[in-house]
Amino acid sequence: MLEIRGLRAGCGGVEVLRGLDMAVSAGEIVAVLGANGVGKTTLNKVLSGVVPVRAGEILFDGQRIDRAAPDAIVAAGLIHVPEGRKIFPNMSVRENLELGSYRRGKPRRARNLERVFATFPRLRERMAQAAGTLSGGEQQMLAIGRGMMAEPRLLILDEPSLGLSPLLVEEMFALIRRLNADGLPILLVEQNVVQSLEVAARAYILENGQFALSGTADAVRDNPELRRAYLGM
Amino acid sequence: MYSLAIIAEAVVNGLMTGAAYALVALGLTLVYGVLHIVNFAHGALLTCAMFAVLGMEQLLGIGPYAAILPLALLFYGLGYGLQRFVIGPSSHGEDRNTLLVTLGLSIILENALLAAFRSDTRSLGGEMGFDVVELGPMLLSRPRLVGCAVALLVAALLWLLLARTDTGRAIRAVAKERFGAQLSGIDPRHIFAVTFGIGCACLAVAACLLLPTFYVNPRVGNAFVLVAFTIVVLGGMGSVTGALLGGLIVGVVESLGGLLLGESLGQLGIFLIFILVLLFRPTGLFGARA
Ligand SMILES: Nc1ncnc2c1ncn2[C@@H]1O[C@H](COP(=O)(O)OP(=O)(O)OP(=O)(O)O)[C@@H](O)[C@H]1O
Ligand SMILES: [Mg+2]
Repeated sequence: MLEIRGLRAGCGGVEVLRGLDMAVSAGEIVAVLGANGVGKTTLNKVLSGVVPVRAGEILFDGQRIDRAAPDAIVAAGLIHVPEGRKIFPNMSVRENLELGSYRRGKPRRARNLERVFATFPRLRERMAQAAGTLSGGEQQMLAIGRGMMAEPRLLILDEPSLGLSPLLVEEMFALIRRLNADGLPILLVEQNVVQSLEVAARAYILENGQFALSGTADAVRDNPELRRAYLGM
Repeated sequence: MYSLAIIAEAVVNGLMTGAAYALVALGLTLVYGVLHIVNFAHGALLTCAMFAVLGMEQLLGIGPYAAILPLALLFYGLGYGLQRFVIGPSSHGEDRNTLLVTLGLSIILENALLAAFRSDTRSLGGEMGFDVVELGPMLLSRPRLVGCAVALLVAALLWLLLARTDTGRAIRAVAKERFGAQLSGIDPRHIFAVTFGIGCACLAVAACLLLPTFYVNPRVGNAFVLVAFTIVVLGGMGSVTGALLGGLIVGVVESLGGLLLGESLGQLGIFLIFILVLLFRPTGLFGARA
């Protein structure tokens, strides 16, 4: 579904990603884990065409997208729900969702809106409220709902559990499972190692712009190096 | 003292002028609110539009009202191209560059007009400007009444566009959250150019409405834009409703000021308001608090 080969990218003079190879297959949840500042968000921005590729290839559904513009990547169905939500604060919840289908899924907007409201009843209650006045958890729901409006063929979630209370974090991971149960492949970028490894089939550990470790979630969880560095065991 | 009829007439006259001001201010405030730049070429572009109205009438025999639609489309295209291919690429992502580019653009346009038309003042001529309508005890200028109606119609259309269409939603989205918009498949460069184009189309409409009662020379736009800046600050930078109401308020203040203090001091009231707003409500009547 998604394939990355020898990917290099950076911001200004700094090279942040130094040769990444990875893949996400159909129907799979793949986790990319790592500490602060290792380049997880940069990877997502590169995948959605916002940060340019310096070397390497990105294939989505067999098509090269490493030179494509962000709107073309959205049109192809690679949808990115960013870190920090990035919702439109001055617009209503409903308008935020409607804009999710600006480029993709517009003909089925009404139906998809119903589906999002069915998944997030809270958003239906707050339909007319300005998005900027939602609570952090509600904003995260809205960001995911906006992504769902574009009928994703692959969903990138960048730290969806960031800033949520423990209870909401549980709910978030349950939601990720539910979204995936319908066959939607998900690239889950997280710092929350334990819970991410529970939902993911495979995982990559990013350190200093390179994958230090990768494999099935079970193998990664049992790796002594990882246990020491990330789980403190 | 002044009779009620005279004051009422001054108020209505002010509303009519204010509607044209509002159109000029709408373009300015929209571009500021979305692109976060002050377009210093706004005045020169208005002057260009006014000369275009003159040219349409004198060369093609198309009157100012018939010219509204074609000129609005032409200026939309012009504005779109300017932003997409000149202002946008030359800014390299820095607002201060944009400022210089629009300033440079205004100098080029103004001097090109000076070279082509000298500093002579021209007007449409004809009787159109003196046509009046009787409304109760008031005698109102017909072209300004038409101008007021069309300006309000344009403001309403603009409001509908911004509130009800996907393009309008995209414009508001890009104004506040560019990255989030990109991830929804919105191309900010396109939306910026659309916004700039709409701003220029407003100028074209304003020019068509102004010309029957106003004159043209290569610097005429600046006078309007100075007032428009006041309106934008009064209404709140970036607020469309603010620009409309601010325009009407400023029109009435100017008209009443002219009646009470004499023509030449009429604009004094505007700048008094400007200073008061800056002192007591720096975000303007409808501006978001910073
Ligand atoms: N626009 C930028 N200009 C310069 N450096 C940047 C820019 N964006 C990111 N970086 C740098 O690139 C590195 C990776 O940043 P990135 O946001 O990808 O980290 P991350 O893994 O997502 O971290 P976090 O877990 O805190 O979100 C950091 O050192 C960061 O400072
Ligand atoms: Mg990050």
